[in-house]
Amino acid sequence: MPGLPTVLSIISSFALFVLFLAFQGKPAFEALALVFEGAFGSSFAWENTLQRAAPLMLTALCVALPARAGLIIIGGEGALVLGGLAAATLPLWLTGLPPLATLIAMGMVAMLVGGFWIGLNGWLRQKRGLNETIGSLLLSYIAIALFNHLVEGPLRDPSSLNKPSTVGLDYSLMIGMISEDSFRVHWGLVAGIVACVLAYVLVRHSVKGFALDVVGGNVRTARMLGLPVNRLVILTCVLGGAAAGLAGMYEVSAVQGSANASLIVGYGISGILVSFAARHNPLAIIVCATLVGGIEASGSLLQRRLDLPDATTLILQGLLFTNLLAWEALVGRITQWRIRLEEHANKSKGAEVQHG
Amino acid sequence: MGDLDLVTFLLALLAGAVRVGTPFLFVSLGECLTEKSGRINLGLEGILVAGAMTGYAVAYLSGSAWTGVLAAGGAGLLLGLLHGIVCSLPRVNDIAFGIALMLLGTGLAFFLGKAFIQPQAPMLPSISLGAWSDDGRVRSALNINMLFFIGVALAIFLHWGLRSTRWGLVLRLVGDHSESAQALGYRPLRVRVMATAVGGFLAGVGGSYLSLYYPGSWNEGLSSGQGLMAVALVIFARWQPLNCLWASMVFGAAGAIGPALQSVGISSGYYLYSAAPYILTMAVMLATCRPNRTLTGAPGELSLNR
Amino acid sequence: MSDLDRRKFLKLAGLIGITAAMPFSFARAADKPLVVGFVYVGARDDFGYNQAHAQAARIIRSMPNVKVIEEENVPETSAVQQAMEAMIRQDGAELIFATSFGYFDPHVLRVAQRYPDVRFAHCGGLWDESKHPKNVGSFFGYIDEGQYLNGVVAGHMSKTKRIGFIAAKPVAQVLRNINAFTLGARSVDPEITTTVIFTGDWSLPVREAEAANGLIDQGCDVLTCHVDGPKVIVETAERRGVMSCGYHASQAALAPNGYLTGAEWNWETPYRAHVEAAQKGETMNNFLRGGLAEGFVKASDYGPNVSAEAREQADAVKASMIAGEFTLFKGPLKDNKGNVVLAEGEALGQTDVVLEQMNYLVEGVRGDI
Repeated sequence: MPGLPTVLSIISSFALFVLFLAFQGKPAFEALALVFEGAFGSSFAWENTLQRAAPLMLTALCVALPARAGLIIIGGEGALVLGGLAAATLPLWLTGLPPLATLIAMGMVAMLVGGFWIGLNGWLRQKRGLNETIGSLLLSYIAIALFNHLVEGPLRDPSSLNKPSTVGLDYSLMIGMISEDSFRVHWGLVAGIVACVLAYVLVRHSVKGFALDVVGGNVRTARMLGLPVNRLVILTCVLGGAAAGLAGMYEVSAVQGSANASLIVGYGISGILVSFAARHNPLAIIVCATLVGGIEASGSLLQRRLDLPDATTLILQGLLFTNLLAWEALVGRITQWRIRLEEHANKSKGAEVQHG
Repeated sequence: MGDLDLVTFLLALLAGAVRVGTPFLFVSLGECLTEKSGRINLGLEGILVAGAMTGYAVAYLSGSAWTGVLAAGGAGLLLGLLHGIVCSLPRVNDIAFGIALMLLGTGLAFFLGKAFIQPQAPMLPSISLGAWSDDGRVRSALNINMLFFIGVALAIFLHWGLRSTRWGLVLRLVGDHSESAQALGYRPLRVRVMATAVGGFLAGVGGSYLSLYYPGSWNEGLSSGQGLMAVALVIFARWQPLNCLWASMVFGAAGAIGPALQSVGISSGYYLYSAAPYILTMAVMLATCRPNRTLTGAPGELSLNR
Repeated sequence: MSDLDRRKFLKLAGLIGITAAMPFSFARAADKPLVVGFVYVGARDDFGYNQAHAQAARIIRSMPNVKVIEEENVPETSAVQQAMEAMIRQDGAELIFATSFGYFDPHVLRVAQRYPDVRFAHCGGLWDESKHPKNVGSFFGYIDEGQYLNGVVAGHMSKTKRIGFIAAKPVAQVLRNINAFTLGARSVDPEITTTVIFTGDWSLPVREAEAANGLIDQGCDVLTCHVDGPKVIVETAERRGVMSCGYHASQAALAPNGYLTGAEWNWETPYRAHVEAAQKGETMNNFLRGGLAEGFVKASDYGPNVSAEAREQADAVKASMIAGEFTLFKGPLKDNKGNVVLAEGEALGQTDVVLEQMNYLVEGVRGDI
């Protein structure tokens, strides 16, 4: 029952949320109703939600793909900002191409840079034994410092007066909405969904995907089978980093119009949670990212209608994820208990099994 | 750079090492304990922020800064306990739960802390060790907060305790080889929950240093990732409490290097200076890691090594 | 908001929600309250930039026939576009104050194109008649006048002749403030220098405190700043026994001994102008600027230790600024690399947009950009 923990955690986290607000004398049920209204209550709410979900799908893939091979990468933010920076500066060197070709080139270079950055983590882990979790965190901090240095130094557009940015993209290079009138979400959403579906096909329905599962399950077995472990691990990192880099490119070409400090707003961190909540399943990522996008979208209404602090949505997200992780384990444990109880129906109760 | 400037610069680094490094010291000691037991808690960032808020709020309400520090530790203890207990359930990834806790902790702190941004809470006292000098810079550099000394004592105590006491050995055994610990009749899960909770307590105290001493106010931008950095710091310190002390000083000095250089007139590339601690840690890891071998001193059960 | 109010409000909001779902064009009815939205980039209490805006918004709230809605901590991403659209579509906002510089391009411009009936007042942007929509207006205050006055007072009070300035990023508004401050101080004594430290971001309390300590150790005995929340810097200065000048809002309460004076925003003036214009249906003022004379900015009251001659000179300069007789940036003016930026006889009036594109530090400033 893969859906059960999710349902239980949604129920329990919303219950805790209501209790938390009610305890402080805030209008708890109104707040809950507004969360739904603000996230999914109208076509505008849906647009708002999906717009926020789009980058999270891509940054979540940056966690999910390496996780299939058993790596925990938490540095997607770094790949995103460097990818965005690369995409924003490419048109400066590469002039004369038609807009579509330039956009494709921007996407490619963003993916290359992002892929390189996370791939570096994979390489350092496989070849130098450097732990990928800490390594990716450090590399992400270094990437952000590098990004800031370049955007406010050598790559700064002198006419970006009070907000240091790279030279703005030409209007023809700005990616518009999927539909200007009826569906105002930028094309990054399509990219996110397509990437998730492709990733799903890769991990579930390809030989590589099977090999990955073996590597993720047990490296020794994989080596015995003669699988190219290092290459597979680094490949997942490169692909994951490419997804995060692409998210950066869309932030630049669909939202900001240049690379600036507003790329660093925590999409990478949210992506980690989305991926874990989706149990690193690429299709589930689409759903989880939408849920997170919805909670963030509802923050607007909570602030305006009920005068609640902006941190309200942060609490709701925190509750949701802590509950999700706990319920997933608890449901597993309950099922185990039931099986064991049935097996040992007549035997005396054994000592509680310790899990480490 | 003239002689005067050089002295100022070095003094600024030294003072910065202590002033900026103290919260690092507490979170890294906390994380060190947690990791010694075989768990990693990435949620210390959330705990630090929650501790900073609780410390400030309680200090303001009670009028006593030290009550605030204790309350901050208490808040950290509770959040650490939550991490410890939930991660004792099967198949819960401690890294994922840590990040969820980071969100929850900062969310709670920001939500409940709105009312405490404006009021002025009493500050923690500091000890003037520089009264002998008539140089204002020296006096200021040697104006050191009590929590720093407590942190140093704690580092020494933990260093000794992990080597030479029963609980220290149990903790390390659980962290290195939990099956042997279980065979000896200890309960690894209980030890881990306790280690994580105590780690949370220390991170909470580290947070109260930020809000109650340096920079000494509560607002939402107070922490700049000190909690998250603790994880890297512990690796930098090779899981040794005494090394945590030195590592914290180094990280503190690195945090002070940008402003210090600019104050003596070297002002380009300040973003790169601020990344110095990360580059340093990366270099240390690169220099000491080898494939197919875990880091020396790394607890065997740590999910980082599996 | 009382409970009764809230219920009424929710009902009203529901109604607006229904109408907003249909394709609509709003013709203002005179008795309907004007819904005014405020978007802030940070927390409303930060003892600084956002607080100055939020304080003025509170005053607007008390105006007759006005309904104020607010959203804080909105990053400069598509989130701010969504926030503004939500205010329009869910609450029927007709006038939106976007208070952070980074909201302007592309966010405000883009949403404004889509909602031509809604007015967007942006803080600090450079509105360009040839490029930008007519329902967008930019407002800003000549806070450098306040900074110049800070400089005059600091110049009188400093004994070491060294002043410290802690700034977030080397951007035009910040450079203009540093320069104005330095010119003010050096008008008292040309020996004075200002040392600048850039922290790298708008809110980094630990680094700000570190910068303050570094500057004091360097011998600076007056500190001032341009960061989002000056609280930490003013408090650190007070603890170390040096003087400070405030920014954004008054920090006098934080430093009873060392606070000299401060350059404060008075956003109420431009806010009121925009709200009244919207209520009367007048065309939007697309480029609204003002200084001390127009009441867009003000100076904090002098601290208790400010000397009589400092007060006297600052008051005289202030009077001449209000009378419109004072020119802040005039030649001969050199930058701190020795290049002439304004030749003898050249002068730039406050309204000159060239000043809003400042990219140099004047002579007497120690620091690079």
